[in-house]
Amino acid sequence: MALVLSPEPPLADWLVALDAQIYRSPTFFDARPVVVDLGSLSREQQGVGEFLGMLEQRGIRIIGTEGAHPSWEGVEAWGRPLPGAGKPGKPIEVPSAAPAPAQPVAQPAVEPPAAEAASAEPAALVIDHPIRSGQSIIFERGDVTILGSVASGAEVIAGGSVHIYGALRGRAIAGLLGNAKARVFCRKLQAELVAIDGVYQTADDMPSNLIGQAVQAWLDGEQMKFTALD
Amino acid sequence: MAKVLVVTSGKGGVGKTTSTAALGAALAQGGENVVVVDFDVGLRNLDLVMGAERRVVFDLINVVQGDAKLNQALIRDKRIETLSLLPASQTRDKDALTEAGVERVIAELKEKFDWVICDSPAGIERGALLAMRHADVAIVVTNPEVSSVRDSDRIIGMLDSKTLKAEKGERMEKHLLLTRYDAGRAARNEMLKTEDILEILSIPLLGIIPESEEVLRASNIGSPVTLNNPTSAPSRAYFDAVKRLKGEMVDVVVPMERKGFISRLFGRRVA
Repeated sequence: MALVLSPEPPLADWLVALDAQIYRSPTFFDARPVVVDLGSLSREQQGVGEFLGMLEQRGIRIIGTEGAHPSWEGVEAWGRPLPGAGKPGKPIEVPSAAPAPAQPVAQPAVEPPAAEAASAEPAALVIDHPIRSGQSIIFERGDVTILGSVASGAEVIAGGSVHIYGALRGRAIAGLLGNAKARVFCRKLQAELVAIDGVYQTADDMPSNLIGQAVQAWLDGEQMKFTALD
Repeated sequence: MAKVLVVTSGKGGVGKTTSTAALGAALAQGGENVVVVDFDVGLRNLDLVMGAERRVVFDLINVVQGDAKLNQALIRDKRIETLSLLPASQTRDKDALTEAGVERVIAELKEKFDWVICDSPAGIERGALLAMRHADVAIVVTNPEVSSVRDSDRIIGMLDSKTLKAEKGERMEKHLLLTRYDAGRAARNEMLKTEDILEILSIPLLGIIPESEEVLRASNIGSPVTLNNPTSAPSRAYFDAVKRLKGEMVDVVVPMERKGFISRLFGRRVA
């Protein structure tokens, strides 16, 4: 899976927002392949090549660009424009590849057929056993359902919502790729951390009257809300 | 068909070695052919608890590396004929264990014995992984205390992913052995409740071993507690655990020390 970054002009402001995101989650971009969608930049935009260089300085591994204008200088060094750029934000399957050294070269396997094969699968993952401390379930395509508890020190990360039919004692992260509609559901809230679309709360911030209850967490604008389910 | 047991916990000092010796001795007293294997290479203790430290000539590493035959390294217990010990090396470290070597040794042990009980080192590294690798059944030793419970949870996760059984897609049988359980502190709510621990770990309970001086006394004289004082409270709990291991249904109770009238009068310690 590749992340898609869509910088918006003015680029300087966008970089500030990106830095804030990296500050909140320093490991967010670790070993993740990233496609930069340049479609929202105007043709007259200057310094796109240097801008991509600045992204890489922040440890972001660019494997390709989308929507780059041929007249921009220095962009071709960051991988050829991907075909099928008409649908921005479409997740792209990359070979599970060992996190290769930061080679900003689009790999041959980054082709639409792989993405199509991925979208044909149901976008949900069901796990019928508890998640133990130290285990990490990552599913970027959609919802994750856990039949059992998520232990202290374990984490469940989903592109969609997280459903836990048991106690949530560890971390649940929903809406990983930017889905503010994603939610977190659990039968018993004892979480260390809940996050949706980059907004997170730790145990201390959660409403104490809902601890131990069946609860859903959702986003109201930029605010995380917890509501009892029963 | 021989059963391979691993006694594991993640955390150190919870009672893996004591429990390995006690369960091994209890099984052997029932006439079963038992070997206890010390996987704690470099920090071996099982030989001390079994009272065999002066009889160690060859060890697990020698056998794994092919420098000694299994029969040369096995130490037969002097008190129970059907109980043997395969000691660890104290001078080497866990890197001396090879996966192929361990597999060969376990296969050989399975031919000779009914029960192979592997005493895992603490931690989640190579030594602990190799100790659990070939197990059919895991005994997770836990103290009623948060750090121990979380470490046990971590180990259960590894039992379900890093063992041969898990890799073949089979289910690893896991049992919880709650040790160093203090009935007095439990009554005063100073310990995690048993039902909370069971809810967090969600594996069946094999037994509750009460905290007792008997355990320490037995270790110090180099005798498994189930052999040294078979009627003591911890021993009775271990014997019950062994019955459950063999598939018998036994209600889980927390055995108490039987105290005479005099000791009940004067038994209260100052401290």
